Amino acid sequence: MSKRHLLALFNDFDEAVAAIAELRAANIKGFDMDDLILKSPIEHPEVEKVLGDKPVHVQWFTLIGACMGGLLAFFLISGAQANFFSQIKGGKPIVPLPPDFVLTYEMFILGGVFITVLGFLICAGLPAKRSSLYSTKVSEDQIGILVKGDESALAAFKTIFTKHKALEIQEEAGK
Amino acid sequence: MGKDIREDIAWAQINKDVLKSLESPRKLYWVILFIALAMIGVAVGCEIYQYTSGMGVSNKNNSHVWGLYIATFIFWIGMSHSGTLLSAILHLMHADWRKPIYRFAEAMTTFSLMTAGLFVLVHLGRLWQVYYVMPYPNERWVWPNFQSPLVWDMFAIATYLSSSVLFLYVGMIPDLAICRDNIHSGWRKKLYTVMSLGWEGTDRQWRNFRITYLTIACFLIPLAVSVHSIVASDFAMSNMPGWHVTSFPPYFVAGALYSGCAAIITLFIILRYVFRFEEYMTLPIMKKLVRLTFAIAMVWTYLNLIEFASVWYGHDQTAKDQLIFKATGPYAPFFWAMIFFGSILPLMLAFKRIQTHLPILLVVSILLNVGMWLERWMIIAPSFAHGHYPWTWDHDQWPSLVQWGIVFGSFGWFTLLFMVFCKVFPSVSMYEVKEMVYHRSLALKHKPAVKGDY
Repeated sequence: MSKRHLLALFNDFDEAVAAIAELRAANIKGFDMDDLILKSPIEHPEVEKVLGDKPVHVQWFTLIGACMGGLLAFFLISGAQANFFSQIKGGKPIVPLPPDFVLTYEMFILGGVFITVLGFLICAGLPAKRSSLYSTKVSEDQIGILVKGDESALAAFKTIFTKHKALEIQEEAGK
Repeated sequence: MGKDIREDIAWAQINKDVLKSLESPRKLYWVILFIALAMIGVAVGCEIYQYTSGMGVSNKNNSHVWGLYIATFIFWIGMSHSGTLLSAILHLMHADWRKPIYRFAEAMTTFSLMTAGLFVLVHLGRLWQVYYVMPYPNERWVWPNFQSPLVWDMFAIATYLSSSVLFLYVGMIPDLAICRDNIHSGWRKKLYTVMSLGWEGTDRQWRNFRITYLTIACFLIPLAVSVHSIVASDFAMSNMPGWHVTSFPPYFVAGALYSGCAAIITLFIILRYVFRFEEYMTLPIMKKLVRLTFAIAMVWTYLNLIEFASVWYGHDQTAKDQLIFKATGPYAPFFWAMIFFGSILPLMLAFKRIQTHLPILLVVSILLNVGMWLERWMIIAPSFAHGHYPWTWDHDQWPSLVQWGIVFGSFGWFTLLFMVFCKVFPSVSMYEVKEMVYHRSLALKHKPAVKGDY
């Protein structure tokens, strides 16, 4: 059966949260809670809680990026210093660790920041083409609930959204 | 103390007010822009003259090899610490009053670093060999000295600049989406569409955004401290009298935060007037900012005294002579002006009436930065003038008009970049101000953010 999208806009965050809770409880046939997307004008971890635990993986990118940056810097610097055929050390340490720590540290941070941003783009699905069911009101003051479900589920969606005082319901055929 | 922000501002109004700043600033904006361009013109003229005639025209000589250029370089690096303080440190401390003002502080960080970078180029005798600062081996596979603080400088500043730009950009994505949604045609629409990356404010985007922003903030704090510590190492690791001081890194960091905070006060007042941000850049927020500046000024004063005391009670006679030379020699007026502007003048900030008196604050904040610029100059010039060897002493050296012109123009360059940024991008974070208003209005009603979430 073809899937269809529905976007409901709410003025009241509590009503939006209540609508999501009811969607979850209603166990609507042809609808999976993972197909629900919440759109909000502000960062709102409390509202996101009602969607259940959703893991964030950005920190793994951070860890890998920082370690790679640090290691890369250390090997570059120590590799250059270890070229003692052309740079005579005169009894001093070939690879002096304390001063090398400074650049290792800087590159640790640089790698961490760059790969964190890369991880953010990958994990957040950016850059993305804007979906056709998007209201500019979401970037202003309204909260949107975008659901995807079978055609048979649409009536149930609308009933729940209307019950929770949705200001507007937009509908579009799914792909 | 009054409210930091009105809880009843409509969110649509926040969008409208900030977006309006992108279109119609007061006339003063154009006046500032014109003055900035004129200042840049002076600097470009001086630089062309210096480039074609040689470094001699700057009045630098064998003992005075750095002069105003490096003093001003340190000044601009220091200025860049304000953004990190307001964005990262206060973000981690959940100080939400920072929200209406942190964006322009972050922009300040970026543009200060870009201005500082110019001085690395300007002070070179052979500008065309600027690529020497990049770490790469020569034809005999000899690499630069990675143990030198000057090489650390290049790495640290490049890291800080790129991280700050990313921090500024990532934090701005939700606001760029607002701009995209509200501006309907022209180059701005295209710019915001591309830069907002298709942001829709979905839960997935916000979840990842939150962690990313926090992570970069956590990286930026030690980075900012390391950058100015490394700049301090340029001096502290040498054996020049007046520079070889253990407390230099924390002293530099405190000085950086101090000048950054003072600059934020100056720009706060200017932006508040020019872009009509009276609703967002409020007097209670200014009060907090002023108190923060006062606290940092006292830390800086304390570290100054520590430096003087450690030299005075130490056994390095040359360093002691250098301190006496600063206080009594030809640089004495500038040294005492630094003490007055840096340590005495900020005592005014302790008075409640002054904490919200904008005209006085504008003057005081500019004078504080004059003091902080003098501090950097008083680090560089007296040590060169009165070093270890009497036959290298040069007490009469005075920077030429070319040096002054380039330093003067750097303020125009910074102002131009900053003002253009504020006209093209939202200088008040719309989504964070909405969050602030939302959470404060809930707190007023003693209501949790979501029903049942106690």
